[in-house]
Amino acid sequence: MTPALSTRGLAKSFGSLIVARDIELSLPQGARYALIGPNGAGKTTLINLMTGMLAPNAGQIFLGEDDITALEPQERVRRGLARTFQINTLFPGLNALEAVTLAVAERRGIAQQFWQNVATYKETIEEAHDILVKLRLGDSCYQTTRELPYGRQRLLEIALALATKPKVLLLDEPAAGVPPEESGDIFEAVASLSGDLTLLFIEHDMHVVFRFASHIIVLVGGGIYAEGSPAEIAANPGVREVYLGTRKHG
Amino acid sequence: MLPPVFGVLFDGFAYGMLLFLLSVGQSVTLGMMNFINLAHCAFAMLGGYVTVTLANRYGWPFFATLPAAFIATALTSVVFERLLYRRLYRATDLDQVLLTIGITFISVAVAAYIFTTQQQPLQLPQYLRGSIEILGLRLAIYRLVLIALSLIITGVLVAALDYTRFGAQVRAAVDNERMARGIGIDVDRTFAITFALGSGLAGLGGALAIEIVGLDPSFAFTYLVYVLIVVAVGGLGSIGGSFAAAAVLGISDIAGKYYVPQLGAFLIYLVMISLLMWRPAGLFGRR
Amino acid sequence: MALAETVRTPQLYLQGLSRWRPIEIAFWLATLLPYWLAPDYLSLASQIAITALFALSLDLILGYAGIVSLGHAAFFGIGAYTAGLLSKYGWGEPLTGLAAAAFTAAIVGYATSFIIARFRHLALIMLTMGFGLLLGELANSAGWLTGGVDGLQGIHTWNLLGYFHFDLYGYTAYGYSLAVLFLLFLGARRLIHSPFGLALRGIRENWTRMPAIGAASRTHIQMIYTISAALAGIAGALLSETTQTVSLDSLSFERSAELLVMLVLGGAGRLYGGLVGAAIFMVARDQFSGIEPQYWYFWIGVLLVVVVVFMPNGVLGGLAKLYARWRGR
Repeated sequence: MTPALSTRGLAKSFGSLIVARDIELSLPQGARYALIGPNGAGKTTLINLMTGMLAPNAGQIFLGEDDITALEPQERVRRGLARTFQINTLFPGLNALEAVTLAVAERRGIAQQFWQNVATYKETIEEAHDILVKLRLGDSCYQTTRELPYGRQRLLEIALALATKPKVLLLDEPAAGVPPEESGDIFEAVASLSGDLTLLFIEHDMHVVFRFASHIIVLVGGGIYAEGSPAEIAANPGVREVYLGTRKHG
Repeated sequence: MLPPVFGVLFDGFAYGMLLFLLSVGQSVTLGMMNFINLAHCAFAMLGGYVTVTLANRYGWPFFATLPAAFIATALTSVVFERLLYRRLYRATDLDQVLLTIGITFISVAVAAYIFTTQQQPLQLPQYLRGSIEILGLRLAIYRLVLIALSLIITGVLVAALDYTRFGAQVRAAVDNERMARGIGIDVDRTFAITFALGSGLAGLGGALAIEIVGLDPSFAFTYLVYVLIVVAVGGLGSIGGSFAAAAVLGISDIAGKYYVPQLGAFLIYLVMISLLMWRPAGLFGRR
Repeated sequence: MALAETVRTPQLYLQGLSRWRPIEIAFWLATLLPYWLAPDYLSLASQIAITALFALSLDLILGYAGIVSLGHAAFFGIGAYTAGLLSKYGWGEPLTGLAAAAFTAAIVGYATSFIIARFRHLALIMLTMGFGLLLGELANSAGWLTGGVDGLQGIHTWNLLGYFHFDLYGYTAYGYSLAVLFLLFLGARRLIHSPFGLALRGIRENWTRMPAIGAASRTHIQMIYTISAALAGIAGALLSETTQTVSLDSLSFERSAELLVMLVLGGAGRLYGGLVGAAIFMVARDQFSGIEPQYWYFWIGVLLVVVVVFMPNGVLGGLAKLYARWRGR
């Protein structure tokens, strides 16, 4: 079966600084993959390359059967590749409902309509509201984004990505910066995501990784150091060595 | 005997050097903190007025007024930076534009009040007047001195940037501000010092400009446009870029006025727009 | 939170955000007051209405899409000269003059929007300034068309709707300008509350996030820039029709810069900010017209510094904050 997302020979460097070296990865449909590695390994860079925010020096990216290497970021989103940001990249002045409605409207192709009040687009709004409710944001959906507590903002990050009805979702440290009491919400939300959705998430917390991932990719210095099932990775002495200097929290 | 075109090139290059002095500070500070300072030429104007006051009212020799113009402007800029600019480093482009335009308006009004809107007269010392003849071209001594001074300053700047620790900090901050902070560079302090130096150079430029383009309160706006063009075209944070862009702009402007006066400033704007479209970060810029 | 809040549906909530507030209705009723309270000032009032429309056009791109333009007067001037030239060469019908001006300005706006939409920050500011200056130079050199420094001569505006005569007192001028302003304002208001308006606010709030939700920001920007150009063009045409003159300063950098000041004074991104800012600015200028220009610029400078440091959202923003505090939120 064609993998949901795959890359071939993906490489990127800034002058003499190599941030991605010959990356070959392949995510089967419905996968729950984790991308781990020390700081500076190039994990977010890889996501930026795959989503089109950064142009590679070499290599190709495939969404299903389609070569998306030359496509602009918004085109990739339309084809079903979405991502969340490690640092909240939200619309501070919009309330949560407006933000998700906007994302749904863009997907439905009605965002250029300038004559009817947005309130008349019943299905769009209901779809947005449903997404928010599913992520337990229903009761705060009227709050302005900048007033939301940090944990809820992280959930909104995911809501915005889900609004695009992705086939593949790349989560960049979804619980980053969230206090431990609230991070449970986030992972429950991630766990409740449909089995059809292919997930790749960057994570530092090994407990989370071992709980949610069926397959782990270890990135070091821009290249894939090892990959395999959680058991294989846990037993890999090289991986532990690579992490010894950087793991601060268990 | 050299054809007159070389005379035009010489004058254009001298004018370009003046634009360079006026612009280099703006280019580096913009490249470092992305802070749009439209009051930059108001500082330059201050330097000009300091020179005029010291020379005309207090009888200082011309060359002595130049360091005074530099220092006075640098100190004034420090005051502004502490009091006002510091609050706006993270502000939107619009806020920075408006604040600094506001400061420019205020300084133009103050200048008009104190000095009137008349052109300021300046008596150059005897040894700077007149011209010498080289290969059939009459080259104004003042312009030769201006070019020499600018080249020396450029050399000092480049050397400082490449060989001193402060220069390394500046380069790091321009290249990647976040990373620079991350490795412990006090970017705010580096910026403050760079800003003061850049404004001081602008003040020096303003003082040197009196003889070439005159000085009146409208200086702050008229030359702002040129400075912005040099900075945008040359590339933010690039001394070499500013130098090249200023030289090209200076020569184009003088040549344009000499050969095709009816086009006016049209050509300059067209060149700027075309260059920006081709290379939005400037010829040598990175952002 | 009131009990009623828990019963509202998302749809009703969004609808509620866009309903007409009493203060808005009061505002528009108040615009009719000059006819009774200040009949000697109707010419000034019509200038204010025209400038308000111009400011509204800038608000659409600046306050809603985040495009800082230092050259918006270009479209104002294009509209003014289009209507003026039409009139000069024999066709002085005001409404079609507006249409022609809107059309011409929109075409130029659309053409430049391809470039504008690709840039941000300093490059964008420089490009808008450059276009404005370029057009100014062109207009200056093309004296045979524009009348150069002397301005366009020979404009004669026909009666509005065949009946209302443009007299010296400004009765017709003000009613005309105000009506056009109001109708276009209604259109702008609809646009802001539409899905497109939401997209524009998205662009303003976070440029980076837009492609990540599948938005083609460039296309959105091109569209609003074209619409804004058309509105600015109509404002320019109104000026030439009501004053029956057009001069080079309709395209000048000063006009672009002043417009920016007015919009920021009133508060960008609130639709009414431009209107309020234009009114305050122009009334103030009229009252202080006796003083030397440099003093005027001194106070504008001080105003800008004060607004940026203390009132970043302009007069309306400041009032909104006070209102919120008064309501005890």
